[in-house]
Amino acid sequence: MQKSLVSITDYSKDEILRLLQHAEKFEQNPNQPLLEGKVVATLFFEPSTRTRLSFETAVNRLGGRIIGFSDASTSSSSKGETLKDTIKMVSNYADLIVMRHPLEGAARYASEVASVPVINAGDGANQHPTQTLLDLYSIQKTQGHLDHLNIFMVGDLKYGRTVHSLLMAMGHFEPNFHFISPDELKMPSEYKQFCDDRGIAYTEYNELNENINIADILYMTRVQRERFTDLMEYEKVKNVYSLKNKMLENTRSNLRVLHPLPRVTEIDEDVDTNEKAYYFQQALNGVFVRQAVIAYVLGFIS
Amino acid sequence: MESKEVKMVAALRNGTVIDHIPSDKLFKVVSILHLDELPNQITIGNNLSSSKLGSKGIIKVSDKFFTDQDINKIALLAPDAQLNIIRDFEVQEKKKLRIPDSFEDIVRCGNPNCVTNHQPIVTRFYVTNHQPLTIRCHYCERMMIADEIKIK
Repeated sequence: MQKSLVSITDYSKDEILRLLQHAEKFEQNPNQPLLEGKVVATLFFEPSTRTRLSFETAVNRLGGRIIGFSDASTSSSSKGETLKDTIKMVSNYADLIVMRHPLEGAARYASEVASVPVINAGDGANQHPTQTLLDLYSIQKTQGHLDHLNIFMVGDLKYGRTVHSLLMAMGHFEPNFHFISPDELKMPSEYKQFCDDRGIAYTEYNELNENINIADILYMTRVQRERFTDLMEYEKVKNVYSLKNKMLENTRSNLRVLHPLPRVTEIDEDVDTNEKAYYFQQALNGVFVRQAVIAYVLGFIS
Repeated sequence: MESKEVKMVAALRNGTVIDHIPSDKLFKVVSILHLDELPNQITIGNNLSSSKLGSKGIIKVSDKFFTDQDINKIALLAPDAQLNIIRDFEVQEKKKLRIPDSFEDIVRCGNPNCVTNHQPIVTRFYVTNHQPLTIRCHYCERMMIADEIKIK
């Protein structure tokens, strides 16, 4: 039975914790030739340079080789080949498929037709589980643990898939959630229901202000212009949800600011030098987490 | 009145009668049960008057006893339909419909960006809540509630 990673909900709490432990070992010793003689296919049906480079760095550090494409226009899907045929064909060549696709559910489908494991590197607005694992890793590394933390999520909580997956994954660790967003981009009711069902506390706010002084983690997200029908509203919101260095003055010393990147205006550049800014380090953690996931789905670690 | 209407379609010795199907759902029920592929004798009546529904449809299939899985598919379309098992001209059993926990190839995903709407894939859904009926797509993981659920 092959072990794909399509959705963060595919993994139990125990599996998540074990993967984070492995990621820590890869951070201490990144170059481990576990994948010697293995071929990994990175199939990017839509471009995502950041994610692709992170995965390919992980494969290289593990001593594996890479085939693939970084844009669907250079693949046979542009000739009308079905996803199933592309995946079947690549399954013949590679030991593992890392896949990014603009359609939701594409990775789940690929994992069902592939004869090798599939790692989802993002399927439309649905899931991006290695992003979630690297967020968890970053939280654990900066806080020392994952339990009972005050997690503030800020910005686009309606469409932001990273916050939805993070919410579900953090659900294992009895967090206190705080959602800060404009009314148009509030956390959808199904995720609040998820919290209610598990007895997880959450509070909703409209404003980014001194409320954040009790935060352990401030998870910022990008508010995208295309989400607004009224551009005036966007301009207003864009400034209200922008984090400035001054706002961090009275926050907890253990507070860390996370962001899945790329950021635009939601974190002012004057925050970058603050020791509480963690978003660039967070991105590097992605390589170690992806090393752990790759080694795990291929059965090199358990 | 009712009994006369029913008699207009042939009496059944052995088989299944599906009654009280809303008229606008009748042919969809025919379709999801794949009745067009059955060699059995089938009688279909529609737009019959009904005190409960105003207008109803009825399906009689000789020598056919559906599996629970098939029966439960009907529940999505016509939750109040009534299913009678006939043996030797007598109603032997009345079955109540129950929405199944999961179903394949019946519902179309309402998410236009779902892979099942772009590739030749058999859809699969899980019921996450019965009241109101809420289902989750196996592929895109999107939830759909009651009215949003579209039969293929």
